[in-house]
Amino acid sequence: MDKQRRKFLKIAGAAALAGISAPVVVKLTSSPALASSTGHGETPAHAAPADAHAATGHGVEEAPTGVRLGMLIDMRKLYGHPELLEKLAAVCHKVHNVPEIDGAKSEIKWLWDVPFENAFPEHSAYHASAITKENNYLVLCNQCDEPPCVRVCPTKATFKMPTTGVVAMDYHRCIGCRFCMMGCPYGARSFNWMDPRPYIKEYNADFPTRMRGVVEKCNFCSERLALGLEPACVEAVKDIGAIVFGDLNDPNSEIRRRLDQDHTIQRKPSLGTKPSVFYIV
Amino acid sequence: MYNKRTIIPGLAIFVLFVTFPLWFNAFSTASTVPKTELPPGGEKQCVASASEMRASHMALLNEWRDEVLRDGGRIAVTVNGKEYRKGLQMACMQCHTNKEKFCDSCHEYVSVTPYCWDCHLTPTAAAEKKETH
Repeated sequence: MDKQRRKFLKIAGAAALAGISAPVVVKLTSSPALASSTGHGETPAHAAPADAHAATGHGVEEAPTGVRLGMLIDMRKLYGHPELLEKLAAVCHKVHNVPEIDGAKSEIKWLWDVPFENAFPEHSAYHASAITKENNYLVLCNQCDEPPCVRVCPTKATFKMPTTGVVAMDYHRCIGCRFCMMGCPYGARSFNWMDPRPYIKEYNADFPTRMRGVVEKCNFCSERLALGLEPACVEAVKDIGAIVFGDLNDPNSEIRRRLDQDHTIQRKPSLGTKPSVFYIV
Repeated sequence: MYNKRTIIPGLAIFVLFVTFPLWFNAFSTASTVPKTELPPGGEKQCVASASEMRASHMALLNEWRDEVLRDGGRIAVTVNGKEYRKGLQMACMQCHTNKEKFCDSCHEYVSVTPYCWDCHLTPTAAAEKKETH
């Protein structure tokens, strides 16, 4: 009996020691590369495109993967035509059942126009030309490659569409916390403070409205693209070719050809959001 | 058997009392299972059989929603040669044009309040503010 107890205590002690030291041993023997790669807290499917960017340093252009839809707005063709900017917003808002609400706080906008210094605060407006001062600039959601709104969304109601690179909204999931509005440096998101329906003049029966308490924004006309159409704004100024739309990752697309050809700028590039909307000013 | 004359009527009354919900419902008209309106346009075919739709239309709608919004799968569904775009407004309401007589009749009966219509437009709502020119 005595002998057995002695043996039992020995085994128990050895087992306890091994149990306590096992995690330390595993940690020390595993390679540091492996240990750090598990700390991203993202599912592998969603992490894949983001990791590709994170790995590259400054000034290195990463090899693009998949489709990334983008837009090039040739402001030279819109200068002196405020009516065109108005028309563009009206077309967009009509197609998407966007309500017309007055007031800076409550207004809902997918596509709108602002003065140069608001659109491009990082670019100097000191001694700006008359054209720059007199004209407003067309702005919309930049469909960023590194969207801060997506990072902050607690419900994944806004996310980057893996197939197109469009920053999409799933209104079914939006809880109206407005973190994304804080995150977006472009003010491209609007909150529905009230039921938008009374403020919609004409319904597009093929598209839903939104409800009170959700955030909304431009969706790059994903529903029109599915039908093989171009975004409504692109189509609206097709005759003057003011907006070019296409895949930024396809070296043979028209938008890439135009980007290669002209000097373009993006809004607030220093923030690292990598906007997919380019401007010729 | 002792007290046959009280026990048997007593039992009968007890059984009647216990089965009260059954026969009460059999005779009352307070809760008749609603009959949904068939498509006014006379369409006979849906994306799935009637029994399947009855049982799991909500699951199908959720599936479509996730495919369209989250996976970008907006390709139309083709059933027996007919094409259906994925969507409540774009598929369902094209045939079942009366939400009040089709959706609501059952939903009210089973006391569920789906939030579809907070955003999605019923044909009636869409017609209210239609393009006029």
